[in-house]
Amino acid sequence: MTYADVPGFESESLAHDETTVVVERERLVDASLHLRDEYGFRFLSDISATDYLGWSEPRTPGYWGNGAGRDLNAVATATLRRIPEPKPKRFSVSYHLLRLERGAPRVRVKVWCEDAENVPSVIRVWPTADWHEREVWDMMGIIFDDHPNLQRILLEDDWEGHPLRKDYPIGGEPVRFSEAE
Amino acid sequence: MATVSPNPLIYSGTRIPYPTPTILEVPVDLAESGDVLTVNFGPNHPATHGVLRLVVDLDGETVVGLRAVVGYLHTGFEKTMEQKTYWKAITYPERIDYLSFQANELVFVLAIEKLLGIDVPPKADWMRTCLLELNRIHSHLVWLGTTGLELGAIGLFWYTFRERDAILDLFEMVTGVRMHTRYFQAGGLAEDIPSGFAEECLKLAHRMPPAIDEYETLLDRNQIWLQRTKGVGLLSADDAIALGQSGPMLRASGIDWDLRRDQPYLVYDQLDYEIPVYENGDVYDRYRVHMDEMRESARIIQQCVEGMPDGAWISDNRKVVLPPRHELHTSMESLIHHFKLVTEGYSVPEGEVYTTIESPRGEMGCYLISDGGPKPWRVKFRAPSFVALQAGPTMMQGSLIADMIAVAASLDTVMGEVDR
Repeated sequence: MTYADVPGFESESLAHDETTVVVERERLVDASLHLRDEYGFRFLSDISATDYLGWSEPRTPGYWGNGAGRDLNAVATATLRRIPEPKPKRFSVSYHLLRLERGAPRVRVKVWCEDAENVPSVIRVWPTADWHEREVWDMMGIIFDDHPNLQRILLEDDWEGHPLRKDYPIGGEPVRFSEAE
Repeated sequence: MATVSPNPLIYSGTRIPYPTPTILEVPVDLAESGDVLTVNFGPNHPATHGVLRLVVDLDGETVVGLRAVVGYLHTGFEKTMEQKTYWKAITYPERIDYLSFQANELVFVLAIEKLLGIDVPPKADWMRTCLLELNRIHSHLVWLGTTGLELGAIGLFWYTFRERDAILDLFEMVTGVRMHTRYFQAGGLAEDIPSGFAEECLKLAHRMPPAIDEYETLLDRNQIWLQRTKGVGLLSADDAIALGQSGPMLRASGIDWDLRRDQPYLVYDQLDYEIPVYENGDVYDRYRVHMDEMRESARIIQQCVEGMPDGAWISDNRKVVLPPRHELHTSMESLIHHFKLVTEGYSVPEGEVYTTIESPRGEMGCYLISDGGPKPWRVKFRAPSFVALQAGPTMMQGSLIADMIAVAASLDTVMGEVDR
């Protein structure tokens, strides 16, 4: 099956029996409506974002220390046999869609964005996107336009930084009631 | 007091609040009247199944506003797993959801295996299925016991935990530990199945149906239980899909959907079992789904034990699987493989996969991205509890505060999984 008629269609690929459709970031809501109403993907399983900072750079794992944090695991990808292809932008946001019928046909819709490039919210298409988008904002710092309540969900409201970004060092978070504070 | 959503992009007749699907706003005229009382339910309350805070607006005893606050158990599993080799990372997912640990372990192992393209021996697949169904009964028993406890049927708790303990004994027999077993390995099982397991497991499979009958005698003619569950926490089929509900939540709302049958993994396509579906979408139907699923799981366990093939319990791929211990004394090759696997781990080819299984709570998904190295680049878990909790405000519109306990319990959330 091909998804070339989806609005904002950019590319389609098949790997590990999974279809990935990349769409233009600006037309994501149109594409979502088309997939939901024309193709019957009424069920949004999951939204997850990935930070590709440091991807495909030799000897650069992505976990960089800052002034306060440590530089852990600096050799994480040093043993790569093959350097992977670079990605078009820093962040990807993946939407895993499901059609409720035998065989469970799934499609992964993907948009690419740089830091400080906003992604349109699909909350009006699939209400379940609400907390998923809040989690992506909380963990990755990607802003969703038109989300009515884009607040942190897993971390405290006054938390600094977005922990799942690759430049957020492990061990760098402040510890309450410790000597340093 | 069903309100028609003005959301223009969605079907009419939905009860999902708008614009924010997870916040029930107090009507303006009611808020101005000054009669609304705002109460914090939790975060530390025995009926929240962990640490959940609900901010409830009450008009008398009626819930008119609701907002859930989560995150109290956030421990950064996904970040931590990026620092670990796949080998070590397998221990983490089971701690996300401490009631269905083997389901979470499996979904991550399946993702690794899909990227590796490794073949798993049939015996391992059958054993995985068997343990998964034991785990489902275990999780449902805890759900049933605690839900009964919260609705006043205190005695039930002791009966369900009696059988739960027998299941934990089986886990201990197989893996050496009662919870967080870490028994699944990329390529198969960590160890061979101990002798005597089949007999003990069959005993449990025979013991479960009468035990479930016993629970039902405690509940099915109990007027308090019936009145507190029937017609409470209604969720329509369309709303359940729009809110991404899965598992017993979806099947109690009349959607005939189960990943075990509709997208078979392991050996579920070779087994004989029914998928219970109920129509009303209330707390009582969710209870019925849980009960029927336990019966079916007992049937599946029996079939697994009887159909368990002989043979290897783990793949023979030495680039991924540890060599047998006795070879280390005689074989240089094995020693090198062992050393490399333990220190550096195995490299997983570049790529991304999304694997799903039907955990006791619904669709458990794992989105795994590898850059070709020995550590995951990104792991994301699709937690069914996280999604189930989003349905709370839709189901609790206009309900009484006492019903809120029943509804929250029927969501079957594990807060560790919500907050990850």
